[in-house]
Amino acid sequence: MSTFNLKVGAAVGALVLAAILVPTFERPPVETTQGGFRGTSMGTVVNPRLRATTVAANQVPEAPEAADNDGDRASTLYQNVQLLGDLSNAQFLRIMQTMTEWVVPQEVRDAGNGCAYCHNIENMASDEVYTKVVSRRMLQMVRTINNDWVPHFGGTEGAGVTCYTCHRGQPVPSAVWSAPVLPQHGLQAQTGQNRVSPAAGLSSMPVDPFTPYLLRDTNIRVISQTSLPRYNTTSIQQTEGTYALMMHMSSSLGVNCTFCHNSRSFSAWESSPPARASAWHGIRMVREINVNYITPLQPLWAANPNGPPEAGPRVARLGPAGDALMVNCSTCHRGLNKPLNGAPMLQDYPELRAISGGPARSAALVPQ
Amino acid sequence: MAMLSFERKYRVRGGTLVGGDLFDFWVGPFWVGFFGVTTIFFSLVGTGLILMGAAIQGTWNPWLINIAPPDLSYGLRLAPMREGGLWQMITICAIGAFVSWALRQAEISRKLGMGYHIPIAYGVAVFAYITLVVIRPVLMGGWGHAFPYGIWSHLDWVSNVGYQYLHFHYNPAHMIAVSFFFTTTFALSLHGGLVLSALNPPEGEPVKSPEHENTFFRDFIGYSIGTLGIHRLGLFLALSAGFWSAVCIVISGPFWTRGWPEWWGWWLNLPIWS
Repeated sequence: MSTFNLKVGAAVGALVLAAILVPTFERPPVETTQGGFRGTSMGTVVNPRLRATTVAANQVPEAPEAADNDGDRASTLYQNVQLLGDLSNAQFLRIMQTMTEWVVPQEVRDAGNGCAYCHNIENMASDEVYTKVVSRRMLQMVRTINNDWVPHFGGTEGAGVTCYTCHRGQPVPSAVWSAPVLPQHGLQAQTGQNRVSPAAGLSSMPVDPFTPYLLRDTNIRVISQTSLPRYNTTSIQQTEGTYALMMHMSSSLGVNCTFCHNSRSFSAWESSPPARASAWHGIRMVREINVNYITPLQPLWAANPNGPPEAGPRVARLGPAGDALMVNCSTCHRGLNKPLNGAPMLQDYPELRAISGGPARSAALVPQ
Repeated sequence: MAMLSFERKYRVRGGTLVGGDLFDFWVGPFWVGFFGVTTIFFSLVGTGLILMGAAIQGTWNPWLINIAPPDLSYGLRLAPMREGGLWQMITICAIGAFVSWALRQAEISRKLGMGYHIPIAYGVAVFAYITLVVIRPVLMGGWGHAFPYGIWSHLDWVSNVGYQYLHFHYNPAHMIAVSFFFTTTFALSLHGGLVLSALNPPEGEPVKSPEHENTFFRDFIGYSIGTLGIHRLGLFLALSAGFWSAVCIVISGPFWTRGWPEWWGWWLNLPIWS
């Protein structure tokens, strides 16, 4: 009888375990692409059912009808137009309208207050609403990305970013990062790792791989250059920092390590797929965005923790440590190796190609 | 042909699985048997094809010979000989030889009137190989997912497959397999140490008996598994290591496409603490 009970107990236990574990897996068929010579197992492995969900969540909104480029320039029609002065009136109004839809919260737009999110309605030329100053800086950033970072996304027609690439209809892009505040209780000194790291794909590697590599320019390369690691002074922890950053890149882009590397030698450019060169530029692009465009705006966000007067639902504008919400790979990519699945969105918005260069005159980066 | 004194006892006819008396004879000390013939056939053809591949590749350096499977674009079809077809033929020969050998072991077990422990144990290794080159490629839809035959090239394949799932140490079946591999070597080292100690007593003392061995481990850890038990345990640990290795690779791709750390999301999201 006791043997019988044991058998029943074991069977029930096995069923419970199976009920928990079986649904955690995926199933065939899977889609694979070959990324190297046959037999090297380079390339991607994708679940087409999951990919369809990700692609569906990354659709480009329909573009409004193109505006003609005739007539007087916006700079002569309006006051204090510093960056978009070369546009025609129709173009200027079109891009203002579109930026509202891209960035202003749905609730504010629905209430008919879209313009007031950045403007003083009584005096549209005024810079008193801080979000207008932020927008101006963001337009300069868009110009920099599309002009200077072509090596990151290639020179194909329409490749480049718009406000929507990051914002997706929200004032604060949903995929951003800030330095984590690590718990200070307990006796063990903080290591910044050995806990679940969402940034590093739920591994136990460093929880913040962004500050060292996407804000500062800590050396990412840790592999020895000699056959024996005799002269390599990098630590295991530095190596795990690199690994964590790479995990972030993989999960942000929906790709695996062999998309950019031949693991026979991660550091060897001659055996790496071309995508690695794009990623190399991407890391430097993100660093420039965070250092030159995002971080300097931090005082404005700190001075306006509740957003502009017409803010809509409350969203955090700073991280828990008071630093700015910064950019990483997933800010644009959102699980796809080409943001918005490679849709050539920029070509529908020639206005964003006409942002003026040079410093904006009164883009005061201090709280007003 | 000279025979060892106990050998005559084992030279019994019969026990074959197919063919009755066909090939049921000895050549020198070796029993032939139907599956002995098929083993020799597949081994010679397969080895010849590997040498042919090396000639086509243009190297005789054993480290660098590489017989790679076809491109993924061939899917589960046959490929031209120089573009992976050779790999397909060699795989057929390898499976033919391995399975023949397992069946030959089964026939010899029947001749000797013993259990099938040896063919079953060997069969687990063959199963792991077939998982790598047949089951997983079929589940993923292309022979190109199998590993290449080459000393260095198969290591590159292993490394890249691991990194296709970002961090293979988080693969749950890999964890189990690695644990079994470590445990099997640990158990073997304990067993070997015990046997060598018992058989090599200090000068002037007699060789120790199993009772002595049992007493040692009962003193040491409170339990001795015994002389028969240690071999059963060893078999279980070794076969489990091979079995879970096969599981850990067959779930990578067909049943999980993302990074293995992410699989543990179910654990992190258990209602107990989330």
